[in-house]
Amino acid sequence: MKILVCMKQVPQKDAPLKLNENGSWIREDVSYEVNEPDAYALEEALRQKEKHGGEVVAITAGPARASQVLREALAKGADRAIHLEDPAFVTLDALNTARAVAAAVKGESFDLVFTGLQSDDYGFAQTGVILAELLGWPHATIIMHIEKNDAGIRVKRELEAGFFQFVQMPLPAVLTIQSGINKLRYATLIGIKQAKNKPLRKVTMAEVQAALGPNLQVLEKLYIPQKTKKTEKLEGPASEVAKKIVEKLRNQARVL
Amino acid sequence: MANTILVVAEQHEGKLNRVSFETVKAAQDISAAKGWPVHAAVAGGGIEQVAGEIAAMDVERLHAIDSPALAAYTPDGFAFALNRFIADTSPQLVLMPHTYQVRDFAPKLATALGRPLISDCIGFKTEGDRLLFTRSMFQGKFAADVSFACGAPWFATFQNGAFRGDQARRAASPRAVELFSIDLPESVIRNRPEAPFKEARQAVDLTQADVIVAVGRGIKEQKNIDLARDLAAALGGEIAASRPICDSGWLPMDRQIGSSGQTVAPKLYFALGISGAIQHVVGMKGSRTVIAINKDSEAPIFEVADLAVVGNLFDIVPPLIEEIKKARA
Repeated sequence: MKILVCMKQVPQKDAPLKLNENGSWIREDVSYEVNEPDAYALEEALRQKEKHGGEVVAITAGPARASQVLREALAKGADRAIHLEDPAFVTLDALNTARAVAAAVKGESFDLVFTGLQSDDYGFAQTGVILAELLGWPHATIIMHIEKNDAGIRVKRELEAGFFQFVQMPLPAVLTIQSGINKLRYATLIGIKQAKNKPLRKVTMAEVQAALGPNLQVLEKLYIPQKTKKTEKLEGPASEVAKKIVEKLRNQARVL
Repeated sequence: MANTILVVAEQHEGKLNRVSFETVKAAQDISAAKGWPVHAAVAGGGIEQVAGEIAAMDVERLHAIDSPALAAYTPDGFAFALNRFIADTSPQLVLMPHTYQVRDFAPKLATALGRPLISDCIGFKTEGDRLLFTRSMFQGKFAADVSFACGAPWFATFQNGAFRGDQARRAASPRAVELFSIDLPESVIRNRPEAPFKEARQAVDLTQADVIVAVGRGIKEQKNIDLARDLAAALGGEIAASRPICDSGWLPMDRQIGSSGQTVAPKLYFALGISGAIQHVVGMKGSRTVIAINKDSEAPIFEVADLAVVGNLFDIVPPLIEEIKKARA
């Protein structure tokens, strides 16, 4: 199976984030990492390839720094990578991001496209589904298991409140992958060495511009959310903090 | 034609998803600000009874988009049916709850109509004539105001708990349900869904617990979970976790709180090393008292906490357990 994995670089989970001067985005001087569900999407693609043969291609859109996620993907076993490289890709809405990805892989024939179920930055949870619609392919979201069969694939979708569902679907298809579908591997030293010789194709904004339109949803302002709850802050030596928490447990929570 | 707001209510196997009332409330609030009347629709197969529940709400018109081909949910079927319905009724604004099902078909529906979807909103505001939608970004660390730069129909989804469903205005007398029949060719639906099921019997029902001690990534190692267990034991509560802990197998899946796990509202929710990603917060924000310990003073969990303890949980929890034992003795 030939599988395309869409991956995104996002700020590290516990990185302290600050707004930029005009409140349009965060300050870029933070540490980045692979969006967590995308790492699981890559792992699943590698496992499918190990079972059924084929090729795994990783793609990302973002500035030069984003190539780090592709290098990691190649080191873990992806065969090649595509980098839509331009800082402006970060500002695209989900529809335009999906259009850019579709344009970048035009002419290729994938059996499956994987994305993580959502990103830690925008959190649209849309790009994969939109991509399926643009390609005219069926899709399924929040996937926890994939098995290939004669008619295509049978996937396990996560529903809400602890429910799951199996869905049979034809190929080609787009799947959005849930964290925890598998156990992530680490890149090996040999993998890291080999990655240096694997093809990494760069695609400029100009090459996909014709496929894009203006963002139809406009992010006007980013800001620190207003608190809806009155929160009391507590800091200090552990023993004092512990005493104050007990007070709270007795007087407010009334559980003691 | 006058602008209208369309609420797409959600049902599963003939049962209304209660979160639909929150979407009705959101629509009623936007209606009060903009003067646009609220319509509602529910899609499925044999859904008269469900439509009846929505009919009790104060909406101007109520449609049942009914077809045997919609009896089992598929993204192809639902996107096709709603596309037809929207073409026929031309709403200005289409509102839906940000559920797993809506996430599965709404981006497809909006894209087919060449429109964006502003997803996972937590509110709205008006600036003069303009309507802005507020959404969480960066896992709740920031909020953003987002506007539509296109004509109708506009699509937006609201996060669970963003509006109070119990405050949705009810109609003086139930609305008549208007049937919207749809010819859905079999070839449209490509996916073959099987019946939903539960993985394993849920061993614990966390919704019944008065006290929950929940752990997140900040617990660092599996063996440290014993510390949280000791705290839970001292408080006579249950232990629970955020998704990554269950993904790692450190606690069983039935201990998971959040959108993919259980939704709880205990007397006390004690969050240890939980950052407070939206997917977790939707499962616990109804708790009466929330105490959170986190080393990051900016952690989003503190937004919903009554007591925000900034510090190292490994320093604080051991003396805390001793203090609780003393208080109980």
